[in-house]
Amino acid sequence: MVQNEEDLLELGGRKFASRFILGSGKYSLQLIEAAVRDAGAEIVTVAVRRANTKEHENILDYIPKQVTLLPNTSGARTAEEAVRIAHLARELGCGDFVKIEIMRDSKYLLPDNEATVRATEQLAKEGFIVLPYMYPDLNTARDLVDAGAAAVMPLAAPIGSNKGLVTKEFIQILIDEIDLPIIVDAGIGSPAQACEAMQMGAAAVMANTALATAGNLPLMAAAFRDAIIAGRKAYRAGLGRVLARGAAASDPLTGFLRD
Amino acid sequence: MVKINGEPQDAAGQSVAAYLEAAGYDSRAVAVEYNEAILPKAQYAATQLADGDVVEIVCFMGGGC
Repeated sequence: MVQNEEDLLELGGRKFASRFILGSGKYSLQLIEAAVRDAGAEIVTVAVRRANTKEHENILDYIPKQVTLLPNTSGARTAEEAVRIAHLARELGCGDFVKIEIMRDSKYLLPDNEATVRATEQLAKEGFIVLPYMYPDLNTARDLVDAGAAAVMPLAAPIGSNKGLVTKEFIQILIDEIDLPIIVDAGIGSPAQACEAMQMGAAAVMANTALATAGNLPLMAAAFRDAIIAGRKAYRAGLGRVLARGAAASDPLTGFLRD
Repeated sequence: MVKINGEPQDAAGQSVAAYLEAAGYDSRAVAVEYNEAILPKAQYAATQLADGDVVEIVCFMGGGC
């Protein structure tokens, strides 16, 4: 257990034992507490939207107090809009974390990498702990490091698609080359995919739709938790090699009962 | 008229605090942007809405990926 205690995720000077970042979209407020508990999540994302006078339920009443809130800038189409949303999120009084999401394309919801770099630079200068969501591109990731990002969050597949590690090769390049936590975001649809991302060396995995569209949300949250823990252990252990061809016995090759 | 969350509202002359209460917002759960700048909660009572002002009133909602 001591080993696990030392293996913490560090973001902006804060340390987390869980490597599962949980979204809170597309399911009822009543399920959030069970989802957080069964996911073992310590970071939960929320969106900022125009308030509605007919809606008197506050999502913050449903999220356990020890959880770190990660507001996102979804809905932003430009760097300037993302900065405005980040300012509003901070004013809502839940800390300095912000996940930059800037999308100009409403069909595929792909992030605008160039605008994301600009918003990251601005908000990092203002003291935010900035976690930018991005299309996995090494040059952009290097720009995000220079801009002061606390982590880089590449998409695995189109958001909400549950298609898994479609961008696997490019995420691996980021893991190998970027000296910041790489958090695999968007498109992870199953615990097996989350486990694979962790085995590759991802620092954490984010999921939302995979849980929200599952048959039993808290049970799927627990499955993701276990898969992410298993994948992290496998990464730390170092995976065994793969043979290019042929076979290699694990049993002794002497002492057979013949001759 | 004052543009509040994209809609014209007959709110000129009221303070932000009075508007929020009259409209039914929970002022603890919202953040307010007043003419594109954050309006700290401590200034809600002293800020008078005027014709042409643009106000955004936001809160946290469920969101993820």
